[in-house]
Amino acid sequence: MLKSFKIGGVHPAENKLSASKAIEVLALPKTVFIPVGQHIGAPAEVVVKKGDKLMVGQLIAKSSGFVSANIHSSVSGTVKKVETGPDTSGYPKMGVYIDVEDDLWDEQIDRSTELKSEINLDSAAILAKIQDAGIVGLGGATFPTHVKLMPPKGMKAEVLLINGVECEPYLTSDHRLMLEHGEELIIGIQLLMKALNVNKAAIGIENNKPDAISGLIKLAYRHTNISVVPLKVKYPQGGEKQLIKAVTGREVPSGALPISVGAVVTNIATTFAVYEAVQKNKPLFERVVTVTGKSVKNPSNYKVRIGTTISELIEAAGGLPENCGKIINGGPMMGKAFANTEIPVTKGTSGILMMPEKESKRSETMPCIRCSRCVSVCPMGLEPYLLMTLSEKQIWENAENEKVMDCIECGSCSYTCPANRPLLDYIRLGKGKVGALIRSRKQ
Amino acid sequence: MTTIILYTVLTLSIIGVLSAIVLYFVAQKFKVYEDPRIGQVETELPGANCGGCGFAGCRAFAEACVNKGELTDLFCPVGGNDCMSGVANILGIEAEKKDPRVAVVRCNGTCEHRPKTNFFDGPVSCAIAASLYSGDTGCQYGCLGCGDCVVACDFDAIHMNPETGLPEVDDEKCVACGACVKACPKTLIELRKKGPKDRKIYVACRNQDKGGVARKSCAVACIGCSKCEKECKYDAITIVNNLAFIDADKCKLCRKCAPVCPTNAIIEINFPPKKVVLTELPVSAPEKPIEVTVPVSAEPKSAEL
Repeated sequence: MLKSFKIGGVHPAENKLSASKAIEVLALPKTVFIPVGQHIGAPAEVVVKKGDKLMVGQLIAKSSGFVSANIHSSVSGTVKKVETGPDTSGYPKMGVYIDVEDDLWDEQIDRSTELKSEINLDSAAILAKIQDAGIVGLGGATFPTHVKLMPPKGMKAEVLLINGVECEPYLTSDHRLMLEHGEELIIGIQLLMKALNVNKAAIGIENNKPDAISGLIKLAYRHTNISVVPLKVKYPQGGEKQLIKAVTGREVPSGALPISVGAVVTNIATTFAVYEAVQKNKPLFERVVTVTGKSVKNPSNYKVRIGTTISELIEAAGGLPENCGKIINGGPMMGKAFANTEIPVTKGTSGILMMPEKESKRSETMPCIRCSRCVSVCPMGLEPYLLMTLSEKQIWENAENEKVMDCIECGSCSYTCPANRPLLDYIRLGKGKVGALIRSRKQ
Repeated sequence: MTTIILYTVLTLSIIGVLSAIVLYFVAQKFKVYEDPRIGQVETELPGANCGGCGFAGCRAFAEACVNKGELTDLFCPVGGNDCMSGVANILGIEAEKKDPRVAVVRCNGTCEHRPKTNFFDGPVSCAIAASLYSGDTGCQYGCLGCGDCVVACDFDAIHMNPETGLPEVDDEKCVACGACVKACPKTLIELRKKGPKDRKIYVACRNQDKGGVARKSCAVACIGCSKCEKECKYDAITIVNNLAFIDADKCKLCRKCAPVCPTNAIIEINFPPKKVVLTELPVSAPEKPIEVTVPVSAEPKSAEL
């Protein structure tokens, strides 16, 4: 029997429409807007000013702390202005507007496609390169990767897990990367292992991607310390804690980090970015984005420069379908709807999903019938119906005792609720309030 | 038969008397002294337990008043000055007089002024909506219209107007407890000094964008042009971050600022209609969509002019 995590989980329709589409390089945009806060942690500090000439890959904002990341220019051209622009939810965020001229790359970047397999850097040098390249978790959480690779004192990483699960329906960007850049990924994994000083790595892939599994098994054959673990298809297996449970059988305690059970998890796209950064000197300024949806003419996977507006991606995939109700940043389970289409692609944008109006509309909320389906599907073993009520009634202390902070916001509860209750919305609100309470207590 | 009843009554009476004696001594032994003034002060307070004073309830506020021995920084917004002077009498001290205040909503972005750019079909809660997106119009500072303030109000003083999609405060009922101020994720609600005859004049906008951007997203946004600032003789108006603010303490309610505002962002409430300005009105009237509520019992206009 295939491995999987034990508690909860759902299996929504997969709808991997763009799985057979090779990654295409999207045409260069005319202007880009690159926000300086694309990661968890402090926003980077802008180091360019209006009128500066930029090369592709040039640093435009410097990391402003340990938990922060560098931001590089994704295009060559002139800085139009340093000003606020919209982020995913429509709030203004500081960023750099660049007018694109030509496509001149920084000379240090190796643009050749040839594989560079010898690793001649030590652990510290690899880490420094990852940090310089501004690499963050590309699965969507955008946590700076160098922070993850430096375990706190007294903790030791034992195993590196590579997250090739891509359990969100519709998304296929990681799947395509595994198919097209398997060799690079294996080198990326070796680099990460060396940086972490571990001698074991496992790639977790769900069983609905047999081509990726067989491809990577063939490539990993020569490396006895890298194993490929096929997993049962179950959402949210791509969650860090769920993946650790599924692959290693270890359970991350409540409130603790994965490193407490000796595991470090990185995403496929992140691993590929690590390869490019270390072996090719290429900072993180482009990523693969899936543009998809049931009524989209041409669902595809595009390699996109950071800062390109999503309207250009939608145009490339055949334009906005007429019956489109929502454009979602990410997958249908965890993604948030975009406020408008003039929002740039950031490091955390893994997919753009256009949902038909019929499917995207929320149904009418009805009273809870105490069927406890939300309890049985919660992968963290929480009681969503209770957390929602506590949050609604603003009883934050009790919500904290019921471990609201352990919620991974996967949305399985809302997905499964027969009364269409907005469970996750309220739990997320509770998480925010309880988090603020805990922080204020620490001060 | 009678003896049984007699014995029963007697036994029970003896048990009762004995228990009473024991309880009396126990009560004496474990007696907790409480300042009797706390109870007196509590009866003086409105008993709404709204938390507007910053304490958990009226009892907690009464304890704070008695224990502190003075009334600086202690004020019951619901009871107001009358209630506080009553409290001061009990404690034998002077009460600080404060101007009565009332909540005002600093957003006038009704449906016609703010075109909708998207929609939100999640739970009807401003807190959730604000955490997910900037709003269903181009203005990220404006009212979300989900009514968290209405839910927060214990006094039934704030209601959503279905036509405008904005909350409206009932001045009669509002006690300035500040529950709505805390509930609003966009900090649109301000507790403002109640002017004479409930007259108020304020900038009904919180948009801190530059003029062009603000105007584009809302027809009645403050664009920070500083015309009102120049017009004001009492230095009551300040412009910070492209947004004008009228200081209620300095404002003399002269109404000079409102006509000069190019976007009609300054709202006058409870003023009698201006008679003298009628000559100018035809020019500005067609583009003046703000509804100024005129009190039914409006004073003779000559009193104001």
